Amino acid sequence: MIRADGVGYSYGGRPALREATLETSPGRVLGLIGPNGSGKTTLLRLLHGGLAPASGTVTVDGADLAALAPRELARSVAVVVQEGEGPSGLSVAEMVLLGRSPHLGALQREGREDRRIAEESLRRVGALGLAARPFAGLSGGERQRVLIARALAQRTEHLLLDEPTNHLDVRFQHEVLGLVRGLGATVVVVLHDLNLAARYCDDVVLLDAGRVVARGTPAEVLVPERLEGVYRIGVRRVELDGQLHLLFSPRGG
Amino acid sequence: MTETTDALGLAAGRRRTLWWCAGLVLALAAAAVLGIGVGSVPIAPGEVLQVITRHAVGWPARLGWSPAVDAIVWEVRLPRVLLGACVGAGLAVCGVALQAMVRNVLAEPYVLGVNSGASCGAAAAILFGVGLGLGEHALQATAFLGALAASVLVYGVARSGGRLTSLKLLLSGVAVGYALNALTSFLVFASGNAEGSRSVMFWLLGSLSLAGWGTPLAAVVVVVLVVVAALTTLGRRLDALAIGDETADSLGISPDRLRAGLLLLVSLCVGVLVAASGSIGFVGLVVPHLARRCVGARHVRTVPVAALMGALLLVLADLVARTVLQPQELPIGILTALLGAPFLLVLVRRARSGAA
Repeated sequence: MIRADGVGYSYGGRPALREATLETSPGRVLGLIGPNGSGKTTLLRLLHGGLAPASGTVTVDGADLAALAPRELARSVAVVVQEGEGPSGLSVAEMVLLGRSPHLGALQREGREDRRIAEESLRRVGALGLAARPFAGLSGGERQRVLIARALAQRTEHLLLDEPTNHLDVRFQHEVLGLVRGLGATVVVVLHDLNLAARYCDDVVLLDAGRVVARGTPAEVLVPERLEGVYRIGVRRVELDGQLHLLFSPRGG
Repeated sequence: MTETTDALGLAAGRRRTLWWCAGLVLALAAAAVLGIGVGSVPIAPGEVLQVITRHAVGWPARLGWSPAVDAIVWEVRLPRVLLGACVGAGLAVCGVALQAMVRNVLAEPYVLGVNSGASCGAAAAILFGVGLGLGEHALQATAFLGALAASVLVYGVARSGGRLTSLKLLLSGVAVGYALNALTSFLVFASGNAEGSRSVMFWLLGSLSLAGWGTPLAAVVVVVLVVVAALTTLGRRLDALAIGDETADSLGISPDRLRAGLLLLVSLCVGVLVAASGSIGFVGLVVPHLARRCVGARHVRTVPVAALMGALLLVLADLVARTVLQPQELPIGILTALLGAPFLLVLVRRARSGAA
């Protein structure tokens, strides 16, 4: 369980997040939503130790995150981030095997068990067939699946994802989030698309200007009046086949 | 080692690495024997091997060749070939480490300004007799001190204001390099010593002619072996660092600490190498590309293969440098640049989506 208690952060004096408190529930998918600059990515970074909070504390299973060694943290929290890679020319299998790093000593090479776990992780995301391909040559959706497989290979209880649907077409957006949801892990995911959040998250936290303004199930949080205030856009909500959908229109339009 | 299944497709890469290593070791041995045999006094490969085994293990017991041949092989050419192999290996693996560290395929050992510092030290020693109190190895010692000072300066500037980032490291390395090159030029200009200026020029172009059994060679051998072993051991961390800081972080590797450690290792290695052989360019830039092409991007493979390739390349380059303009000796740096530049252009042409 990851718990943030009154965490705040500012970039060069400009506050990005104030007094945010949240807690993950085992096996549930928690979505962080909000407009650009609302502080959702900052909050995610605080949750995995990518940033140190200026105020408040983050605990992982009761232990203060700041006191955990990086390797220890990486055995408990896995993060999927998209980075513009450098000259790395790793194959997909090699990329996923890197996920075993937190479990290996400095002088230890990955063994049969590590390879088995990497293979299983790739199979779970349906990308075992890509194993021998160079990672750099994959499409956006394939990359995302492989990065999720690497996170799975870390065998952590928590999985954190920062906008995993970025640059993916509609089909892959649903494929990736469906996959994440089906893992049964404790997930925190930053999402831009509110309809995706409504469909794939168990709980959502809505941020606005660095503050948590609402939390609860998607049905509770994604209320047109509240969203109109936060996003400054017209919002209508419809139920279709038991699924919540949001429709947007420019204000006054 | 045989896996029942290889669903991950890893076995092919492992086999290829083994083949490359075996091939390169054989080629390096052959090039070394050839390199020792070729020169103003040609010596047959069999004789070369016998001289070496006689000195190393005392066999054959009877001296079947002239003392001059013995001295040429053991005192002159063997240390030179050994130095060449070590300098090549060291420059190549430092290039691999730096390219991973700053995530830029154009990075090479000399972008950190280390060679400029060493050259500056060497120029001060040659032109103004700085460091004469340091004994017979005054030139190497002042060059090493110059290299050390330059890397401390680069590190200090890059570190100022918090984190040590790739960009700050590159920029401060380039800036310090330019400043020190200017200082070297000024020393040459101010000395008014034509003979000395020629020596400095020779140093700047790189040469293995100072090789001999002694402290500098021992330092090079030890440092290069340690650095190759350390970088191979750090392979997985280098893989993660080469992808990105956030990725390294998420895998439990502190990118800042790793970069600082690597910088220390590379500066030490390049300092020792430049002190022993001057500036030999392009090896650290070209060989890492070549190694990645042959055995892939996993550093646990790239590092040893790059070391062998660098060693082979420099032993061969020195062989050519000694023979092509006989009795004159071509500075080896000219040769590596002449070979390296077109080679790099070919790589650039063939590079697909930055994978090279």
